Amino acid sequence: MAEKKKVSLWKEFSKGIIKENPVLCLVLGTCPTLAVTTQASNAIGMGIAATLVLICSNAAISLLRNIIPDKVRIPAYITIIAGFVTMVQMLVKAYAPSIDESLGIYLPLIVVNCIILGRAEMFASKNRVIPSMVDGLGMGVGFTAAMLLMGSIREILGAGTWFGIPLTSGVVDPILIFILPPGGFFVFGMLVALSSKLSGKKKAAEDVGCAGCPLSENCSKVKKEGECNG
Amino acid sequence: MVKQLVAVFLAAILTENYVLSKFLGICPFLGVSKKVNTALGMSAAVTFVMVLSTAVTYPIYENILVPFGLEYLQTIVFILVIAGLVQLVEIILKKYMPPLYNSLGIYLPLITTNCAVLGVTMLVLEKAAADPSYTYVTALVNSFGAGIGFLVAMVVFAGVRGRLETADIPNSLKGLPITLVSASLVSVSFLGFAGLVEGMMG
Repeated sequence: MAEKKKVSLWKEFSKGIIKENPVLCLVLGTCPTLAVTTQASNAIGMGIAATLVLICSNAAISLLRNIIPDKVRIPAYITIIAGFVTMVQMLVKAYAPSIDESLGIYLPLIVVNCIILGRAEMFASKNRVIPSMVDGLGMGVGFTAAMLLMGSIREILGAGTWFGIPLTSGVVDPILIFILPPGGFFVFGMLVALSSKLSGKKKAAEDVGCAGCPLSENCSKVKKEGECNG
Repeated sequence: MVKQLVAVFLAAILTENYVLSKFLGICPFLGVSKKVNTALGMSAAVTFVMVLSTAVTYPIYENILVPFGLEYLQTIVFILVIAGLVQLVEIILKKYMPPLYNSLGIYLPLITTNCAVLGVTMLVLEKAAADPSYTYVTALVNSFGAGIGFLVAMVVFAGVRGRLETADIPNSLKGLPITLVSASLVSVSFLGFAGLVEGMMG
């Protein structure tokens, strides 16, 4: 029994890293992924902050899942998430002021990161506390890994450094465009294409994480409306 | 004064475009930009909510949070205020202005958790703290400009996406990857505006 439990927990953890990677497969949380990956160290800082929020909010929401009325669940989740984001914000300000400075406004914006709300809605509201926390940890590690990959590519190509250590300086001139906004879109596009090629899917996701987004019901309404008008 | 407002407005649209240079509001930018009509409706709703949220959150921050030393509650207060406000506007529009509700209403619930809206309310406060000549009116003009910038980016991108439909694209690039690559090219074109506003306004 214990053995079986361990296996399923490992499954919850590992699915977030590769099979259901929140960034490259579910395509959630695109805003921070594009914005803070100009440097590998920023990507790690953002990843750790988001992982902490994800674990705590998943645990809290899972504990409260039978108490929160269904009708007001989204506002209730947002309030819980905002509380944890505020805590993480204060921790980062106190212990890692340089990360706080480079992440700037994107740190409080974790509150509207769809990965966190999406996991609350899809997993934590239906499962017990321990699996929910493991799910949060797995998704957080997957998010961090994808951002680290993107941050490394952009920093090495765009600035010739990695974690601030000069790598290619004097040998190759850095391609500045990779740390500018267009480079973010481009590298992200290439990574999504690569991940869909490797996973053997015929086609990459059509749109940004609609399946994992708790607001997808409204979104599809909007799309239908557009088709009628157009 | 007027000169400053015009500069802030233009900068918010061209050089500090929220979608293409700050990466805020990427989800609706990629998700609802397939048709020009929906792109217009969505951006009109975003602009409306941005101005309204700034109009409410700016005085709350300056007059309630700062005097009581509660600045650290900014995130939680702002998101709740915006969520409540959007809900209220939706109810009012439904009751008193059905035609407007039919054209904007469906977009409103999507906007509550849009990072561009929360982002603009926080960024104007950051700017106000750094620059003493930045007033309530400047903040409103800035958020209006941010909304119009969102509209420009959405409409331009909807046009670009229309062309992709007939293009012959390699299999693994189909769908989202090619959309992102086109977004990258649109973003390159906005880089061309760098320094424009400072040059025009001295």
